[in-house]
Amino acid sequence: MTPDQKTWALKAEGVAKGFTLHLRGGVQIPVLRDAALEVAPGECVALAGPSGAGKSTLMRLLQGNYGADAGSILIRGRDGALTDLATAPPRTVIALRRDTLGYVSQFLRVIPRVPTIDVVAEPLTSRGVAPEEARARAGALLRRLNLPERLHGLPPATFSGGEQQRVNLARGFVADFPVMLLDEPTASLDAANREVVIALIAEAKARGAALVGIFHDIEVRDRVADRILEVAPLREAA
Amino acid sequence: MSGYNFAYLDEGTKRMIRRALLKAVAVPGFQVPFGSREMPLPYGWGTGGIQVTAAVIGPDDTLKVIDQGADDTTNAVSIRRFFARVAPGLRTTESTAEATVIQTRHRIPETPLREGQVMVYQVPQPEPLFRLEPRRAETRRLHALADYGLMQVKLYEDIARHGRVASSYDHPVMVGDRYLMSPSPIPSFDNPKMHMSPALQLFGAGRERRLYAVPPYTAVRSLDFEDHPFVPLRANGRCTLCGSGESYLDEVVTDDRGGRMFVCSDTDYCGTRQARMKEAAE
Amino acid sequence: MNDEPILSARGLRLSFGAVRALDDVSIDLWPGEVLAIVGESGSGKSTLLRVLAGETRPDAGSVTYGDPQGGTRDVHGMTEAARRRLARTEWGFVHQDPRDGLRMAVSAGGNVGERLMAVGDRHYGNIREEAARWLERVEIPRSRIDDAPRLFSGGMRQRLQIARTLVTRPRLVFMDEPTGGLDVSVQARLLDLIRALVADLGIAVILVTHDIAAARLLAHRMVVMRQGRVVEEGLTDRVLDDPRHPYTQLLVSSVLAA
Repeated sequence: MTPDQKTWALKAEGVAKGFTLHLRGGVQIPVLRDAALEVAPGECVALAGPSGAGKSTLMRLLQGNYGADAGSILIRGRDGALTDLATAPPRTVIALRRDTLGYVSQFLRVIPRVPTIDVVAEPLTSRGVAPEEARARAGALLRRLNLPERLHGLPPATFSGGEQQRVNLARGFVADFPVMLLDEPTASLDAANREVVIALIAEAKARGAALVGIFHDIEVRDRVADRILEVAPLREAA
Repeated sequence: MSGYNFAYLDEGTKRMIRRALLKAVAVPGFQVPFGSREMPLPYGWGTGGIQVTAAVIGPDDTLKVIDQGADDTTNAVSIRRFFARVAPGLRTTESTAEATVIQTRHRIPETPLREGQVMVYQVPQPEPLFRLEPRRAETRRLHALADYGLMQVKLYEDIARHGRVASSYDHPVMVGDRYLMSPSPIPSFDNPKMHMSPALQLFGAGRERRLYAVPPYTAVRSLDFEDHPFVPLRANGRCTLCGSGESYLDEVVTDDRGGRMFVCSDTDYCGTRQARMKEAAE
Repeated sequence: MNDEPILSARGLRLSFGAVRALDDVSIDLWPGEVLAIVGESGSGKSTLLRVLAGETRPDAGSVTYGDPQGGTRDVHGMTEAARRRLARTEWGFVHQDPRDGLRMAVSAGGNVGERLMAVGDRHYGNIREEAARWLERVEIPRSRIDDAPRLFSGGMRQRLQIARTLVTRPRLVFMDEPTGGLDVSVQARLLDLIRALVADLGIAVILVTHDIAAARLLAHRMVVMRQGRVVEEGLTDRVLDDPRHPYTQLLVSSVLAA
């Protein structure tokens, strides 16, 4: 399906990104040139391509974690307003991440001493949801992801990779973001939890979320993605 | 004693001190610097008070000098004698009622003061924040900004440690709702007497070169907390000599077997009461 | 989102002799925002903090404070009385060395209570109870309320300083290397405590630090200073993960797993 111009939730055009390594004599590493992507509400687009092609770089650009050298990355907010991540001031990016743009990374950035339940509830409380309600919703999602109740009150710093990933997933899915970015969301999960994630993605699509993901697990990718976007490696700059 | 100007100080010095006093009266509770002179007695013996007295006293005045409430202690006697010698025409007295100028160390008389009287306090340390903030420039700034949280902290610490405000003398006061002031080392019992007093109250610190004042009928509030109100402290007893149950009492040890008694610290007050009792008895 | 900055600096310049401590620095801070100023020693970051807080006057430029009533006030144009009043009500300052921010001979309760008393609180019981609550909030047992800070460990002293600063709920807090003098094990606890308190109270913070991990954890935005100039600024994670200026790249690469 081709998303209608009026209905896309995320639209990137002409995006270029390279790195200048000043500590290595200013060597230039171009990664993306003229990258484009459009995702409609309810659609899941999988990024594909060989390792080093720039999938992760594109993902970070879509999250605002990297700054684009050229092009635009438009995100439609909850209120319909458009934000261009390539040019938005930091405060706008922070507000966008709070209200619109969810992100499930491969790795959990642990905040010392904060219990798992609060790590997961935080996207809700930061939007003003009452702590009790936020915790209740966080707890339900953690249970669904089979994270034992006894772990909810502990900080996730000492959890296994799979447990941390489930905390990350719960944090990403708890707040019904209109746009979601998934960076290898099932990498360290067992079959049962993989099914839970597939179901969560399906539910997100059903409520109209636009999703972009990198899935190394081909089976998962084929079950959740509506389209696959090939990210081709750039030729080395001359 | 010839060769001295009236009241020892030369007229130029008196004018300088009077100018400083006028400023002090105009800004109640504010410490005014002045050019303190060498006096023929050591610092700590009331050099500030003597200079203030010398600057305000005239041949028509009647001077009373008390030390810890008593007219007959060495310090009081020598200051009274000093002025009797250097101020021809000046009368001296031990009666609070008769006096026009009362120089004091550590007490305010029990007999209520009246309009027209001048109290002159000898002050060793004029800065109430001295123990809390040793930097002079900083204490001046705190006064300028009326930033007195620090003083309140000291009272807080007293209550936290001792269950009550520990200062039984030199308890800090707010003058005219503006300046924090040391009342000099008078017992906290005397603090309420400063409030709305009809007399002019002048304070002199010779070594620290500061003057300050409380004009007649000025609000003088002892610092406290709402739930730990200021209570003037007084020994629970009566004067053995005059029987007063209201005056500030000194404890006198009478023997080496623990015998003790209370007597009024204000000798004039006590003597007047004893004389009246004697009259009544006769 | 369209609210006015709580603090806004324009074109700040300050030289000490031939040394340019601040060279055309402009900064905005919005309510509830944490801004980290990072850079090595001598980069001008501590000087900038003092100029922003009104303690040091710049050679040129302005610092404007947006007050809660929606007005703006020139930080270097106001009287010292007005600035000090701000400093003990709507502002706070956390020093690197807690001895600079605490009264070492005064009890923990008195230290926390001082700001309450300075703004006119005169009820001993309430002051003490509020002080005790704040001690617990910074993880110091209530039972230590009458102990002087000289009996406290470095980490406790710093937590006490934070309680003393936050007790009057300032809107804007300046922090100068708050974890600077502490053991690494103690730093993490303090950072997390600051993070939680700042988020709970919605305080705007300017945090001067050379600790990149602290900036990552606490700050929404980041300013990188070098030789008195802002060389890079932006979203904290973007500056740290996608640094552009050679100096920022050097700074980030010298930190392990920030």
